[in-house]
Amino acid sequence: MNKELILDAELVSNYINGNENALSVLIGRHKQKIYSFIYSKVFDRDVTEDIFQDTFIKVIRTLKRGKYNEEGKFLPWVMRIAHNLVIDHFRKTNRMPKFDNAGEFSIFSVLSDSSLNAEKSMIKDQVESDVRRVIEELPEDQKQVLVMRMYQDMSFKEISERTGVSINTALGRMRYALINMRKVIEQNNIVLTN
Amino acid sequence: MEKIYSNATPKNENLKPKDETISFLLNYSKALRVIDYNKLKFEALLN
Repeated sequence: MNKELILDAELVSNYINGNENALSVLIGRHKQKIYSFIYSKVFDRDVTEDIFQDTFIKVIRTLKRGKYNEEGKFLPWVMRIAHNLVIDHFRKTNRMPKFDNAGEFSIFSVLSDSSLNAEKSMIKDQVESDVRRVIEELPEDQKQVLVMRMYQDMSFKEISERTGVSINTALGRMRYALINMRKVIEQNNIVLTN
Repeated sequence: MEKIYSNATPKNENLKPKDETISFLLNYSKALRVIDYNKLKFEALLN
């Protein structure tokens, strides 16, 4: 008989009624989806294996206790259990950072550094200096509005008072400043992301 | 710069649980008995 023709619900009820082979078919049918789902979250084979095993232990216990109700479908239910166990795993590892098993002790596994690393801070500096150079290319009136708005955090009302133009003019200059900056960035193929 | 620093996505090759894990689960299932007693459910591992 073709195993695929038997519905999950039927296999579950067979299993609850004592047919152990039904579980084997269910696991075989869904193992790859569930395993990949867990692996896509934790990116670690051993942890994936553990969570996969815990997921099915929970499934088996729930089914044997007769607490499963076929309201939803079998696979989404198992996926939900796996999802919850993945969350539990991350909660646990956040509370108790583990040493990696590479043999060598790495101090960085217990010390976290929220500041940017050397590479990222270099990229950040590079991006900021590129932006400043682009701003230098702008016409004086647009540059003035942009610097006041972005670097001095002034409102457009304050900018209009300071520069002696109307708010609408200040807004317009800001708009053209941004348009012109984009143009310069595009023309020179400048990448401003890190 | 963007291309150099973007991470390559890991390849999902052969994403399947180990055979030992599957056989453990099947054996666990065979060994697990749930005993009803006065509305209480007891689990017993009969190995």
